[in-house]
Amino acid sequence: MKRLILAAAFAAATAPAFAVQPSEMLADPALEARARDLSKELRCPVCQNENIDDSDAQIAKTLREVIRARLVAGDTNEQVMAFVTDRFGEFVLLKPATSGWNLLLWAAGPLMLLGGVAVAVTTFRRKGHGDVSLSSEDEARLAELLKD
Amino acid sequence: MLVELGHFALILALCVAVVQSIVPLIGAQRRDAAWMAVAAPAAIAQFLLIAFSFGVLTWAFVASDFSLKVVVENSHTLKPMLYKVSGVWGNHEGSLLLWVLILSLYGACAVWFGDALPPQLRARVLSVQAMVAVAFLLFMLLTSNPFLRLEIPPLNGQDMNPLLQDPGLAFHPPFLYLGYVGLSMSFSFAVAALIEGRVDAAWARWVRPWTLVSWVFLTIGIAMGSWWAYYELGWGGFWFWDPVENASFMPWLIAGALLHSATVVERRETLKSWTILLAILAFGFSLIGTFIVRSGVITSVHAFANDPDRGKFILAILAVFMGGALTLFAARASAMESKGVFALVSRESALVANNLLLAVAAFVVFVGTIWPLVAELFFNRKLSVGQPFFDAAFSPFMVGLATLLPFGAMLPWKRGDAARTLRPLWPLALLSIACGALVWSMQTGRSALGPVGVILALWVIGGAWLDLFARTGRGPLAQRLSRLTRLPRADWGKATAHAGVGVTIFAVAAMLSWKTEDIRVLQKGESFPLGPYTITLQDVRDVAGPNYTSTMADMLVTKDGATVALLNPEKRFYTIARMPTTEAAIDFGLWRDLYLVIGDPQDNGGWAVRSYIEPFANWLWAGALIMALGGLLSLSDRRYRVAAGARRTPQGVPAE
Repeated sequence: MKRLILAAAFAAATAPAFAVQPSEMLADPALEARARDLSKELRCPVCQNENIDDSDAQIAKTLREVIRARLVAGDTNEQVMAFVTDRFGEFVLLKPATSGWNLLLWAAGPLMLLGGVAVAVTTFRRKGHGDVSLSSEDEARLAELLKD
Repeated sequence: MLVELGHFALILALCVAVVQSIVPLIGAQRRDAAWMAVAAPAAIAQFLLIAFSFGVLTWAFVASDFSLKVVVENSHTLKPMLYKVSGVWGNHEGSLLLWVLILSLYGACAVWFGDALPPQLRARVLSVQAMVAVAFLLFMLLTSNPFLRLEIPPLNGQDMNPLLQDPGLAFHPPFLYLGYVGLSMSFSFAVAALIEGRVDAAWARWVRPWTLVSWVFLTIGIAMGSWWAYYELGWGGFWFWDPVENASFMPWLIAGALLHSATVVERRETLKSWTILLAILAFGFSLIGTFIVRSGVITSVHAFANDPDRGKFILAILAVFMGGALTLFAARASAMESKGVFALVSRESALVANNLLLAVAAFVVFVGTIWPLVAELFFNRKLSVGQPFFDAAFSPFMVGLATLLPFGAMLPWKRGDAARTLRPLWPLALLSIACGALVWSMQTGRSALGPVGVILALWVIGGAWLDLFARTGRGPLAQRLSRLTRLPRADWGKATAHAGVGVTIFAVAAMLSWKTEDIRVLQKGESFPLGPYTITLQDVRDVAGPNYTSTMADMLVTKDGATVALLNPEKRFYTIARMPTTEAAIDFGLWRDLYLVIGDPQDNGGWAVRSYIEPFANWLWAGALIMALGGLLSLSDRRYRVAAGARRTPQGVPAE
């Protein structure tokens, strides 16, 4: 089912497959490699969850051309990303910025791991080791059995 | 007429489910055998009614009954028979019917295979299972009824999304649902145990097979979906961290944790409340997944089931079941006192670490999936969370898990000695690192992902077999080898599943780091080199299919002058659905896949061609299948086949 919807979404958003066109590619392999890397971090603004490298939408093509033009003009990767986000907002960043509340997103995993370890260790400490006294449930059952 | 009968059967199933959810529960509370006995026939009746209903819908699709709305919207007389059948679940309404069919099937299985279950536990389990059924049957009948007729039936249907007309996808949803919905059994057992106020080894021995079954199906279902994405979407990607993928991945991770913690309850009678919590959460994530997929809240505008009423309904189901179960948990969890005590260095602790890492990984996926929604609602920021985030935030936990796995798996229960357990593992660790270093030196200027993948994979796979071998005890090699065959299947299952994890890790790392890609324009008759191969575009021609037209290329792949394969990538246009698709042509191989895609015609008469060498692609799905096989081996272990219900104490007086 998940896939069905994914498929429906892909189909609705784009014609599948063809992404980067041969004609768009830069002659300089180093610059082209950088362009490809950057493309994979930018979301196609009209698609569901595709980066501009994979997308077939016109806007994705335009964006691919724009970042290549900026790279040829000598921009650094950061400058190119800033150029794009200035115009399209942070929505196009597939890797959300580590600023403001987003820090919470990035820290969620490590924080939960720390919390989990803390809980596990305190539980372990409290339970003690080698303590073999009866649990309250067992005591209740024992009392019940003795009553009979 | 038949359609009305199917519709009626569904309503009847709802009535049966209502009875099944109330009467046995009261019976169990009062220890009234007659009331409890209602559960078994009710569960079977419910299953038969829903099965009939499902059969009717299938027949409507097969016979192209265009008086039914879902058939019109998702079928066509020209559609191949396989896809007429798979069209039943290729839409929201029909897939929901499959959902409840599987739900009731699990209920019926609990009756068929649950003779040995203590009657009270069985009555309560079936009652909780029926409550879930009531919720989903109501949801279906009120918001998503597949049996709605059209006043004026059209002459033909609108066909199904062509991307779904694919064998891989035809069987993907049933497997996924068998997994998703199977977790409802673990949930029912957890809630029943909470009501009963008692969890023991026998309980865990009952819950674990259901969880294993679900996990095995989920593993296969997810692998199938990933395989489909790989060959159908046309750029060789296998996982996109899309919300709908995450929806199936989260329950898989939690179910994996639950499998391990249930072992601890079974063997050592400890971690009880945590196991109960995991069982509740596993099903909770299934429901969250259902919500994500069917509400359209997170997947944005394109999902076809984005009716806000449906979203609200599922949210209500989620709130009732999770709220109810967690409240019950809060009230009763303290009664689940553990018996077994363990030292800090022990198998139990290792499994706690496993659980922690899997749960945190699932949590990261969850937070990443809902973050765009959270950010928009609370911080008024429109943002995206995509592949680069998940790769960075999720992977470390998997690396941690794989690093701990061989060590933890070999630690003895109760109290271990780290140095002693590590002794047989040192050579393996050194070998793995040496191989990783070798790979690192061979690949120049690529990421560290490949070598790290190699190290972890060797470590995990080797560790799995060392663990198995260690179980044979001491003595001469020949004797130990012969003992190997007599080890319990659970031991083999554990080793196999762990090896599958290693294979999967390796394949993921290999595919992400050693892929070769080429994009170019090719004239007919031209060739180009790709790795060791030479690829020639011989011809491009038009071909007619049953419900599509195709532009098909003939591409010859040679290596040192010898033909490797003649591949036919296609661009199809589905004439009824009016949609283009790309059909990649793949030469599957043990060490690599050759993956060719034909693109658009160019102005100068050439064709755009994309080609990839995907290293070890098949290992990815093989890894998933090995994991599933491990699950099945473990499921066939003797202890689940005999006397599963033999509780250690004669069913005395549960603390109620």
